[in-house]
Amino acid sequence: MNLQNPKKFKMMIDQAHDVAINVLRPISRKYDKAEHAYPKELDMLASLIDGMNEGGEGINAGAAGAGKRGDTDNEGIRNGTNMSTALGIIEMCYGDTGLLLSMPRQGLGNSAIAAVANDEQLERFKGTWAAMAITEPGCGSDSAAIRTTATKDGDDYILNGEKIFVTSGERADSVVVWATLDRKAGRAAIKSFVVPKGTPGMKVERLEHKLGIKASDTAVINFTDCRVPAENLLGNAEVDVAKGFAGVMETFDNTRPLVAAMAIGCAKASLERIKEIFKDQLDANYSTPYLQASNLAAQIYHMEAEWEAARLLMLKATWMADNKKPNSKEASIAKAKAGRVGNEITLKCVELAASVGYNEDELLEKWARDSKILDIFEGTQQIQQLIIARRELGKSSSELK
Amino acid sequence: MTSMINKAQGLGLSLITKLAGSDVLDQLKLRKFVEKSLYQGSKAGFRALSQTQKAFKPKQISQQRLPQQQKNLFDLSLTEEQQMTSDAMSQFAQEVLLGLAHDADHAAEFPESLWQYIEDLGLNYYALPEALGGVAAEQNIVSNLLIAEKLAEGDFSLTAGLLSTFSVINAITRWGSTEVQSMYLPCFAEDSDITATFAIQEAIPAFNPYELKTKATLENDQFYIDGEKTLVILGDLADIFIVNADFNGKPDVFVVQCNESISIKNSPAMGLKATETATLRFNHTPALRLGAADFDYTAFLDLGNLMWCAMAVGTCEAVKAYCIKYANERTAFGEPISHRQSVAFMIADMAIEIDAMRMLILNAASLAESGKPFHREAYLAHLLCAEKSMKIGTDGVQILGGHGFTKEHPVERWYRDLRATAILQSGLHA
Repeated sequence: MNLQNPKKFKMMIDQAHDVAINVLRPISRKYDKAEHAYPKELDMLASLIDGMNEGGEGINAGAAGAGKRGDTDNEGIRNGTNMSTALGIIEMCYGDTGLLLSMPRQGLGNSAIAAVANDEQLERFKGTWAAMAITEPGCGSDSAAIRTTATKDGDDYILNGEKIFVTSGERADSVVVWATLDRKAGRAAIKSFVVPKGTPGMKVERLEHKLGIKASDTAVINFTDCRVPAENLLGNAEVDVAKGFAGVMETFDNTRPLVAAMAIGCAKASLERIKEIFKDQLDANYSTPYLQASNLAAQIYHMEAEWEAARLLMLKATWMADNKKPNSKEASIAKAKAGRVGNEITLKCVELAASVGYNEDELLEKWARDSKILDIFEGTQQIQQLIIARRELGKSSSELK
Repeated sequence: MTSMINKAQGLGLSLITKLAGSDVLDQLKLRKFVEKSLYQGSKAGFRALSQTQKAFKPKQISQQRLPQQQKNLFDLSLTEEQQMTSDAMSQFAQEVLLGLAHDADHAAEFPESLWQYIEDLGLNYYALPEALGGVAAEQNIVSNLLIAEKLAEGDFSLTAGLLSTFSVINAITRWGSTEVQSMYLPCFAEDSDITATFAIQEAIPAFNPYELKTKATLENDQFYIDGEKTLVILGDLADIFIVNADFNGKPDVFVVQCNESISIKNSPAMGLKATETATLRFNHTPALRLGAADFDYTAFLDLGNLMWCAMAVGTCEAVKAYCIKYANERTAFGEPISHRQSVAFMIADMAIEIDAMRMLILNAASLAESGKPFHREAYLAHLLCAEKSMKIGTDGVQILGGHGFTKEHPVERWYRDLRATAILQSGLHA
């Protein structure tokens, strides 16, 4: 039993931390202000990260690393890419969550490709920067109600529908689009398609103005008779009612812990800053019993305990993924805990710092805005609770709605 | 090493075999508790301890310290031995403790039948070093906490009682001077009837374990303890007490034998009733200083707090399991109440926070047994467990509604017991 970060990831974590401090923080406020401007500083960073990854276990600053299927012949316990990616993300989001989400070639679409693509597809889509398009105007959490259709036509599929909230939808090289082969067949008919940018019929309509993570572009994309080759359908083309939604949902088991890692990284920034602000009023050695601690100190210790809990639950979910243990429930637990705790911590830190926290001179108010999305996207708090509750209670989605 | 595993396996398996041929179990179920006067607790004044003083024959041994464990990868898997012990403790909790808990709480009495089980479970042997006939070959803090968690799935208070002597052996093995170890460890190895406990809390609001009213004095090379301690579990049954006291302005820890200088008063509390909580008065009681040069008072407290935390996790698992069953069976408005998000989400939150507590505890424990600093982690674990376990305790009663408020269901007992997680400092030891 050991819950400390493995030594072999130390160098990678330190690198990511350096990147956060020296590359992301200095441009954090700039792109919070300049919403929709492309953070060109990231191009060089992304190349650097690609280079490091070629050399072995570098930073997987985004979602691309998750879901990678490791060597199965390896005996014993593994600390693999799911965990190292999450640990990298914590540091990068400690720098800036919006910029992490804007990192080229690290989109959630990459994670979907890594998780469900076959070997030929993995090879063909190598190096692409893939965004993820699930949400529609009429369907958010209820992803089974997707209206976007994919109609087979010869060797192609023709996509029709509207997607919203596509992170990096304008900047990415391609978009992984969820669409249904047959609206009457329900969840089982939902498949994901890789649609390269510039495919006729695919149009970025507009970019959203948001509460936080402004550095990251959030696009509305329309698909009108958009023709994609059949081999761009990720995974199995058959509508398997028995297996149902499993194919596409598998992606979430890998990506939810990563969004949890984002929340943990974002909250780490706030927590560290608030401890710095109040360093003269805190007992660095935790030698004051809780009941004797000042109200301020007690609130900070409380946040720290919650933060540690979120961090360890997230690591547990990645550890399970790395060791091929089914982790749907744990991924949801990690996401639920980190999402809520990350938001609570960043908001509480603004409250404790009062006007200093609320002013734009500090980044505390920004982190409090950024953190909100992390309790929403990739499954809201309430969706995670539903998933966990159904598991615990042994209920189906038609019983516990 | 192999012999240790064999021994541990032997203990685990012998327990399972015993439970399977459950003659004893049946007797236990039939066992009728002698009703104790509810007023006994409020009897005024202190009386002499009922336990007669045991003669301890010291046997000179070399100082025992269990080696630290080496760790490398992040790893949540249990060793084969931990898995087996956990399974055995879980089974014992379900088949024995759960059945005894209600009456023990009602009678405010630690069931006599459990004493035999302490021996059968081989608990003391888990704590004793190999050199003294036990199975502990290295620091097993994670394993000890797993034992506490699993037992507490059966009952919180009974687990505290079961682990009291075990904890004292752990504390003496970890911290004891050669003199203290020579005095007590061989006796624990030879005589399974010895009962031991901790006297740590003082009746002071917002009790601070670093500022003690109980004083230790040194006269002619002999320590004496004066003061009062409360919430002492199994206070009237113990032969040996681990007592903390102020010595020259600093908190320190001592070992005291049951004798006539100690008087006792029952002090029933909100929960922990089966542990027969008592207030002890030490009146110039002779004592040995527990620790040697490597003694760390904060770590001593932390390793106790972690035990209560682990027990809180186990009991919260029991609350959750009970609520799941109830919510699935109880119908309102034509369907099980578990079909309502307001109920279902409470249960989801229980699952989230139980695992959260467990992670913090295991992190602290794993650091501790590898010899790393772990105070911050233990501090945060205690804080989180104090809050979340009580939340789960109160939600447990809430889900059952009015039924939860009655003694027909165990959730009200768990509610009372879980309140102790935040309050107790030390009192057990991993």
